[in-house]
Amino acid sequence: MKEKQNTIIDLRHIVKRFYVGQPNELEILHGIDLQVKKGEFVSIVGASGSGKTTLMNIIGVLDRPTEGEYTLDSVDVAGAKDKELSGIRNRKIGFVFQTYNLISRTTALRNVELPMMYAGVGKKERQERAKYYLQMVGMSERMTHRPDELSGGQKQRVSIARAMTNDPSIILADEPTGALDSVTGRKIMDIFHKLHEEQGKTIVLITHSNELAEETGRIITLKDGCIIGERKGSGALC
Amino acid sequence: MLIGENIMLALNGLLANKMRAILTMLGIIIGISSVIAIMSVGNSISSSVTSSMEDMGVNNITLGVSQKSTSETATADGRVFMGFSRGSTMDDGDYITDEMLDAMKEEFVDSVSEVLLSESAGSGTAEDGSLTANVTLTGVNAAYLENEDLTLISGRTLTETDQANAKRVVLVSDKLADSLFDGNYDVAVGSEVQVYVSNRYYSYAIVGVYEYEDSSFTTESDNDVYTSLYMPLETARNQNHSTVGYSQLTIVTASGVDSASLCTELENWFNNSYYRNNDSFEISASSMESMVSSMTDMLSTVSIAISVIAGISLLVGGIGVMNIMLVSITERTREIGTRKALGATNGSIRLQFITESIVICLLGGFIGIVLGLILAAVATNALGYAAKLSVGGIVFSVTFSILIGVFFGYYPANKAAKMNPIEALRYE
Repeated sequence: MKEKQNTIIDLRHIVKRFYVGQPNELEILHGIDLQVKKGEFVSIVGASGSGKTTLMNIIGVLDRPTEGEYTLDSVDVAGAKDKELSGIRNRKIGFVFQTYNLISRTTALRNVELPMMYAGVGKKERQERAKYYLQMVGMSERMTHRPDELSGGQKQRVSIARAMTNDPSIILADEPTGALDSVTGRKIMDIFHKLHEEQGKTIVLITHSNELAEETGRIITLKDGCIIGERKGSGALC
Repeated sequence: MLIGENIMLALNGLLANKMRAILTMLGIIIGISSVIAIMSVGNSISSSVTSSMEDMGVNNITLGVSQKSTSETATADGRVFMGFSRGSTMDDGDYITDEMLDAMKEEFVDSVSEVLLSESAGSGTAEDGSLTANVTLTGVNAAYLENEDLTLISGRTLTETDQANAKRVVLVSDKLADSLFDGNYDVAVGSEVQVYVSNRYYSYAIVGVYEYEDSSFTTESDNDVYTSLYMPLETARNQNHSTVGYSQLTIVTASGVDSASLCTELENWFNNSYYRNNDSFEISASSMESMVSSMTDMLSTVSIAISVIAGISLLVGGIGVMNIMLVSITERTREIGTRKALGATNGSIRLQFITESIVICLLGGFIGIVLGLILAAVATNALGYAAKLSVGGIVFSVTFSILIGVFFGYYPANKAAKMNPIEALRYE
């Protein structure tokens, strides 16, 4: 029972098919079972075409599974309506993308405020919280800058701050260092470790780099739409 | 999400693409400014026409002899014309006589307060050596002169004696005195003035100078303007050798009398008493009130027609807005995907883009209103009317701008709202 309460991500026999009912019907995920506990730092690795991104989209509630059950932080996601999914993405998930996906017309501060705006947080609190998280990722001096005035590493730090603002249940990072050089990528990984260790955040890292995956607590290997291996990494707490 | 946030977002987006925003707004600006300009100019014209007609007296009734429109008339060679009898001219018996007027005054003693009589003696040139001034010669009775409400600058007005004895005395305008007597009104009074009209010279003694009031209808330059030269009614009639009666006259109704119904009563009375056996002519009466309303009707029909054309340009502008919104949404596909990943609902994405489209249209609308008012001010100034703001036009424009924004923004905004977040995030 205690274990059940501690489980944040609970995927049961997830199948994802595209072009359902058409001659070119394609099954990408063939029944994934995956449980992630609260406070875990998990990495999902696999070559391209292994179904990583599809799995991430399902975990991130951007897409629905064709079959199977998905419970996120004790909310049944599979049966939720579009509007409820928006709310789940807004409050329970913090996205960090490979290409940052910051809105280029506005400042770092306004970018960080964005999820709180959709959550209906008041203007004053929004600014305070945005400043707090920007400071946490070491970006407080550049918060009035627009994304095109920031380096790749700085952009990624802003997007981590953005992922944190609504205090989500999980942080879902899709190749967060993929577009960065190794030194900058290292710094970004350090931020994730800091969030995990100091704030106890649950982090799911999707990567094709075994080296980065090794740092995390648990490594899940995906191949051709199936989980083919699961082992502990060096970052495992126990 | 708050509307205010969306408006800020929209303004930000527009500032990022200034040139595009201005070009998009241009259609709306042109449409709105022409609607405003046309409505304001129309308003100015109709209100100054109305007011100058009211100056002439809304309660005045014009009574005239007119041809019967559905009479059968035999012409000299015996042919019979059906319908409008073009061939007949007025004989002595067709005119309104003094006896008829006396009888009418008795009959309508409560509703008719004055009968204004005038006789045109043509228009020509008043001359003094090489100096000239254009004049219209009008013989008037005392009531007519009083109704004109002239401001006398020098001398006296026409008296009972002048009228009774058909004296060759006249009132002239200050403009005439300026031209012929170098503005010396005291010299003008008592002088003789020569008027060349209908190939003849007539000579009159000036007894008074009145102040000429610019009528809104005249657009000629100062020098060419024809000012009235008033003389006693009988003087003019003698000059014209007309002794039989009047073809047209004006009746001032007593206060509180409905001029429209009096028109009908007067027509019936005259036609039953005097024109029953007249094959070609009858009396028709019309009040200034009905003329004013038909004039305003006509003007508003014209402005509505032109506004419809301007409305079409608004429609084209709206299509431009839709086009640009579609482009903008395609460009911002990744942004839309990001927003959805961060928790934006379909509704908030839709609202964001509809707000953007409304902001474009409203901004265009406001610029259009300002431009339209400037255009209207310039146009009314050039035409010589007092500028009058069309509040209805402004309300219409603002409402229409918002409607265009919603109508032409809905389709693109809905397209954005329905985007699949995964595909939107993957969009290059």
